[in-house]
Amino acid sequence: MRALAILLAALIALPLAAQDSMPPAPYAYRQLDDPEQEAAAQELMETLRCLKCQSQSIADSDAPMAGDMRHQVRIRIAAGEEPGEIRRWLMDRYGDYVSYQPVMSATTWPLFAVPALLVGIAGLLFWRRFRRRA
Amino acid sequence: MIAEIGLAALWLAAALAVLQLVGGVLALRGGIESELAGLTRPAAILQGGLVAVSFAMLLWVFAITDLSVKLVAMNSHTMKPLIFKLSGAWGNHEGSMLLWVTVMALAGALIAGVERRLPERTMQATLAAQGFVALGFYAFLLLSSNPFERLPQPAVEGLGLNPLLQDIGLALHPPTLYFGYVGLSVAFSFAVGALMTRQVTPDFARAMRPWILGAWVFLTLGITAGSYWAYYELGWGGYWFWDPVENASLMPWLAATALLHSASVLASRDALRVWTIMLGVVAFSMSMLGTFLVRSGILTSVHAFAVDPERGSFILFLLALYIGGALLLFALRAGSINEGERFSVASREGALVVNNVMLSAILAVVLLGTLYPLLTEAFDVRVSVGPPYFNPVGAVFAFPMLAVMAVGPLLRWRKDSWARISKEIALVAALLLAALILCTVLFGTALLPLLGLSFAFAVGVASFLPLKGRNLLRVPIATWGMVIAHFGIAVALFGMASEGAFSQEKLAALEEGGTTAVGPWGVQLESVDPIAGPNWTAMAGQLDVSYKGGEPTRIAPESRNFWAPAQQTTESVLVTRWNGQLYAVMGGENNDGRWQLRLWWKPFVTFIWYGGLLVALGGALALIGRVRVDLRRRSVRRKLAMRRNDEKALA
Repeated sequence: MRALAILLAALIALPLAAQDSMPPAPYAYRQLDDPEQEAAAQELMETLRCLKCQSQSIADSDAPMAGDMRHQVRIRIAAGEEPGEIRRWLMDRYGDYVSYQPVMSATTWPLFAVPALLVGIAGLLFWRRFRRRA
Repeated sequence: MIAEIGLAALWLAAALAVLQLVGGVLALRGGIESELAGLTRPAAILQGGLVAVSFAMLLWVFAITDLSVKLVAMNSHTMKPLIFKLSGAWGNHEGSMLLWVTVMALAGALIAGVERRLPERTMQATLAAQGFVALGFYAFLLLSSNPFERLPQPAVEGLGLNPLLQDIGLALHPPTLYFGYVGLSVAFSFAVGALMTRQVTPDFARAMRPWILGAWVFLTLGITAGSYWAYYELGWGGYWFWDPVENASLMPWLAATALLHSASVLASRDALRVWTIMLGVVAFSMSMLGTFLVRSGILTSVHAFAVDPERGSFILFLLALYIGGALLLFALRAGSINEGERFSVASREGALVVNNVMLSAILAVVLLGTLYPLLTEAFDVRVSVGPPYFNPVGAVFAFPMLAVMAVGPLLRWRKDSWARISKEIALVAALLLAALILCTVLFGTALLPLLGLSFAFAVGVASFLPLKGRNLLRVPIATWGMVIAHFGIAVALFGMASEGAFSQEKLAALEEGGTTAVGPWGVQLESVDPIAGPNWTAMAGQLDVSYKGGEPTRIAPESRNFWAPAQQTTESVLVTRWNGQLYAVMGGENNDGRWQLRLWWKPFVTFIWYGGLLVALGGALALIGRVRVDLRRRSVRRKLAMRRNDEKALA
């Protein structure tokens, strides 16, 4: 009876322990063999956010989740997927938050409108300052 | 007892800040002859001494690890090396705020002690403003973040310090930034004083300039050091992440850079008066905003801020009070302050206006990109703004500014003609174009690194043009400062562009004895040894690295495990050559017994920080030059006064 209980406990504990010491996914710390594909993967990874870190891309992080995402990006690139598709797939899973790539949308338009406005203001300032003298 | 002395000194200093404020205000209203007005300067000086005592007491309790003090128990540990015990004193919220206040009070004491150029009424107003700002920070410290709080029961052992922060970088990085922030607070006080008394004069700009320069040098050093620290500590080879914390230090730097240039126009030409005051207010606002962002916890999440809003709200309140107040004063007084001398577009002032507007635009972009995600998060929409946004949008403003920076110093004050410097302009343009074409043909990488490389080249040469045809021995030190600082910008730009264009990465899994290569480097993993430190254990990879098949060097990057608190870090090893760095990081062990290695070859990456150091050196030279001229003027004036007295006595 006691042996059974221990066995049961061990069985329950096993997945937990396994989860803790899970090795990182194969391509988390391994480059693709084709340098062109690796470069494409690298470029994409640098514009994807590590969701567990503060302001780091998945290309700059030791977090296990960033490793898993690097693995996903690399195997998908190796399978011939376009970087844009992979980005969309990740954004569907984790939301727009995962992508650093600036996209103009209903929630982000001020990010583009303001710099444009700044260019206008700068132009106006110069014009007003120097129009009488220049 | 030690902690109580520190606390008492802090309360006394706060009381003196009140006296300083009241004295200054009374002097403004009743004239500088009133009795209290005489106390303003001594109050500021004594206050500096008291706060220094308070800070020394904090260092003391950390040095002896007095675990009955809450702050020590929370942040220190008996087993930590002494240097990290001491630096731990300001490696936390309360301690860092006390450090801020200490530097601020010492700066206040210094201006109260030595600044005699300005009209006494303006000085009194300045000191009153300084007292007012300091008072807010005393209130913040004493009411919501007392560093000397005791525990009812002394702790048995401290909770340690984040191992990522156990580094000499931590000992130096925050203080330099705080010196910068505080220098800008002094500039702010001068601006408020000048506004109150309507004395926006070249003398005011000259009195303010050393503080801006000093603040700017420290900010430059702080940002440079912080960037290098992130580079080698985080273990992934990145040197700038556009992280809100980094932006919090970059924004005051941008504002200070603009202020520096506009103040020099005001000092030399009595122009851009209103603009200089405005930038003085903006620069300090950015320091306050930076402190708020870093200290309030708002960055982890807007919602984390809402859970414990006391500290954040306090700083936000101070921010609103000072900046709102200053802007209100500005709105009321700006109309009555003359714009100053006029100038034409082709003049040094004209070029400096371009610099000012462009820097302000970059500042606005960084500010927007930093705050926008916080804003949308409050409405439960999460957006990410990162390097793919900041780099190109910042570049839109940065490159035109660099082009003007290349030729601006060649122009004369007030009115000049492009024709006079057409040769130099043609030279710079030709260099730029040639470099651009050459780099495109040779390397053909992305647009921004290409522009960076060619601008670095053109600006680097152009920065020395102001020295052309002059006797180098007779060039003023401040001019040397400008030349070196501008050259430093070019050097840093070269480093950044090279890092972007030429970096090579290699992730390898090696058994002991295995070899790999990255760029021109050959790497062999000799063995992996376990080692132990005072509060960590590590696996150290013994690597033999050789550049282009030359003599191998032994390096040992480590993967460390700390136990108080439990955390894993990587200790990367950098091999520096004149033309770049090899960056080696030890990873974990694979299932098959091979070890993971991360290797980068980063050509010319070090130029980023050499550039930063050159910029800081340029600032320091300019500061020395200005202060020397001021001192000389002061001694001439004293001698003149003495002679006049002698003549009077003789008559």
